Amino acid sequence: MSAGRITLVLARTAAAILAAGSLVLILWRGLDHPAVALAFGMLVTVGELARWSDGGEREPAPLGAAGALSYALLGHNAGQPDHHGVQQVVTVVLAATLAGCVPHAARGRGSTADHLTRRLLTVAFAAVCFQPIHEHGRLHGWGGSTYALLVVALLVLTTLCDAVLAAALAHSRTRWPFGPLLRDELRATLGIGSAVCATGAVMSLAVAVVGLWALPVFSLPLLLTQLSYRRYAAVRTTYRQTITSLARATEIAGYTPAGHARRVAALSRAVGRELGLSGPELTVLEYAALMHDIGQLSLVDPVPAGATASLPAEEQRRIALLGGAVVRQTGVHAEVAVVVERQADPYREQPVSARIVRTVNAYEEMAREGTGPGGPLSALERLRLACARDYQPEIVESLARVLQRDGLTLAVTG
Amino acid sequence: MGPVRPWARVYVGCAVLIALLCAAPALDLAAPPLWAVVLLAALHAGSERIPLPRVLGPARAGERLAGPGAGEGSGTFFPVLLAGAFLLPPEAAVLVPLPGALLVPGAGRPPWLRRSWRAAQLALAVWAASHVHAALGGRDAVAGPHFPYALLTAGGAVLAFCLTLTALDAGILALAEGVPVRASWSGLFLRSLAPVAVHGLAGLMMAVLWLSPYGPVAALLVLLPMYVSCWVFAQYHRERAAHQATIRALVQAVDIKDGYTRGHSERVGQASMMIARELGMDDERAEVLRFAGILHDVGKLGVPTRLLRKDGPLTPEERRIIELHPEYGHEMVRGIGFLGEARSAILHHHERLDGSGYPYGLVGTQIPEFARVVAVADAFDAMTSTRSYRRARPVPAALEELQRCAGAQFDPAMVRALVHALDRHGWHPAVTADEEHGTVPAPAPPVAGEPAVHRRGGGGV
Repeated sequence: MSAGRITLVLARTAAAILAAGSLVLILWRGLDHPAVALAFGMLVTVGELARWSDGGEREPAPLGAAGALSYALLGHNAGQPDHHGVQQVVTVVLAATLAGCVPHAARGRGSTADHLTRRLLTVAFAAVCFQPIHEHGRLHGWGGSTYALLVVALLVLTTLCDAVLAAALAHSRTRWPFGPLLRDELRATLGIGSAVCATGAVMSLAVAVVGLWALPVFSLPLLLTQLSYRRYAAVRTTYRQTITSLARATEIAGYTPAGHARRVAALSRAVGRELGLSGPELTVLEYAALMHDIGQLSLVDPVPAGATASLPAEEQRRIALLGGAVVRQTGVHAEVAVVVERQADPYREQPVSARIVRTVNAYEEMAREGTGPGGPLSALERLRLACARDYQPEIVESLARVLQRDGLTLAVTG
Repeated sequence: MGPVRPWARVYVGCAVLIALLCAAPALDLAAPPLWAVVLLAALHAGSERIPLPRVLGPARAGERLAGPGAGEGSGTFFPVLLAGAFLLPPEAAVLVPLPGALLVPGAGRPPWLRRSWRAAQLALAVWAASHVHAALGGRDAVAGPHFPYALLTAGGAVLAFCLTLTALDAGILALAEGVPVRASWSGLFLRSLAPVAVHGLAGLMMAVLWLSPYGPVAALLVLLPMYVSCWVFAQYHRERAAHQATIRALVQAVDIKDGYTRGHSERVGQASMMIARELGMDDERAEVLRFAGILHDVGKLGVPTRLLRKDGPLTPEERRIIELHPEYGHEMVRGIGFLGEARSAILHHHERLDGSGYPYGLVGTQIPEFARVVAVADAFDAMTSTRSYRRARPVPAALEELQRCAGAQFDPAMVRALVHALDRHGWHPAVTADEEHGTVPAPAPPVAGEPAVHRRGGGGV
């Protein structure tokens, strides 16, 4: 077992122990206020059923998360105190989440184990912070507004912990650097994360005032938010597909070999991730890598085999400028056009994404020339020799690490 | 929009006057819940001023005088207004929307007319909602709180709010732009009811929490998910606009490369859509068909420019290469999921009913419906637009030519649909507002005719 996997195993073990312990205790003791538990359990299940199908989102089931958190922070029901304790919270969330995950697991989508681990640990954290204070009646003397602020503060703390946990799990699974992963998680917290947080707080307070009627009423706004996110994700997917098609134009026109743009994009993304670029930067990098050869459409005669890296520098720069002009027309973010434009400059004058695209593109072309297993190695060697001016040494080394890690398969299959 | 018509000004003036009359009793209200009014008004003004990314901005300020609630639904932030209607007596609730509406930046022209219209409209809607809510006994239901009765009273208030808002909108549309009141009102009302109802639920929760021991702090939390939702919605619109710009750029590149008059592809899209409407297709299919028309020649990006603009007759070999473009196009857009049926139209738009077309020589109904539509639209625009080597033909002559070729080359049903659509709506090709563009370097003007032109029909390659 490598060092990286330890976090994953630890987290899963902790969640499993927690779940088993709570379950045994509740089976022995029985449920406190079963109607409330059932209502919250149903809410979590519905939230899980409405989960996003694609795994790329930070919080796949916002309604499920909000429901679970609000149950963890529930102190009263319609004015009556409600002491259900940490174990009951964990048990209810466990059962409801499992029930909601069944259809997803049946269709083989998403990793249920990681999702469940995160949800259980997060909810347990919130409940452990809140339930004991509440149970001992320490909140009695507090004013209503102070109480509300306490709930919000606990939720913010929980969300931060959740972000750290998510980044740690992702880090141990993918071995991408921890810092950028955490940064991406925290950025996502500002969007859907804050909506989940606020909904969780409002639900627990509203149930305290009006009883269980608050659950359906306040699920709607969050469902609306989720719907908006889903449409946004759909249009982003379509956009990426269109850009990929545009990139394929050069291949169909016979300017570049089939699959070149796609391979350069995948490898550039891997290198960018290795170097710690953030999510939006990676998107710019990917689009630029997909369209880096688009300037060749403007050429009257194709470059032999589309290999721009072996052309004279002036010619390379001219093609890059033509490409930048095309990209500017497409309404893609201006940064993408800049990367495409500057891809042929010496590396010291380039933005970092352009350095990556240039290096990866050169590698892809050189590795293709050489046949057999020696191709990639001699290509790397040639890149290292050209480090003085054209390619940044750190990026060449990062590329070498990525290739070594992925066993060179990425370069062949894309 | 041109200068505002005088009757519209009078209408706005009347609305403002009535709103002022509604607000007047607030002056001598015995114990005005002043701090609540100020807090809610500040909240509303604040949420109006938070810069929602571009798209909602103009929509919110009102592209037309008609309000945003009418259009996209989540343009304005209604929860605060509705919470005001649930919490305050009508004459105080009227005051809540005023600062936000009057201070909104970039209201469009003329700014003060628009701002006062917006303020009066929202004030009247809130007033109506608050009255209905009070009449149903909603104040006690919220303060109780008595659920589910509170939901009923809130529903009544939302209905009143929505009716007033859209009725006022329909009125201004009728006066300013001559849209018939009845039709526009029912349309506006149905479209805005669902979003306003969701905002109403949020407003109800706000009101309940406001009066609860947890106080206004808890009520504020309700706004956060609503705001995130609006923000994501705006992001969605921005991304969609970027996507459309990309597609437009793609087809401009094709048009320029081919030496066509600018906008050929978009006009083919427009004509395809007219035929689709005439055939009674639903909106979604018509939209896909429009994309099929727009992208039909995208495969030409893969054909060497030299061949497309060749001066003089083509050798059979060269013609064969050019005739590959439907397959190139199909290969390119294969990965774009939403195009669906449009992909087959791109592959088959040069098939002819008698089987003499390419790439597969399909016959009659073997040719996909979308492809038959695009073929007619393509030929029609090719004939009616000016090419460097010949002048445009008038529309009737082009239609005559299409009808002559119907049966052998074109599907007669599609030709008939186009003729009907043109009879009804005329042909107003959209002038795409495109500026300078040098996507693919601007070609020297092509000297000779389209390569491999089928003289009959002249549908391009």
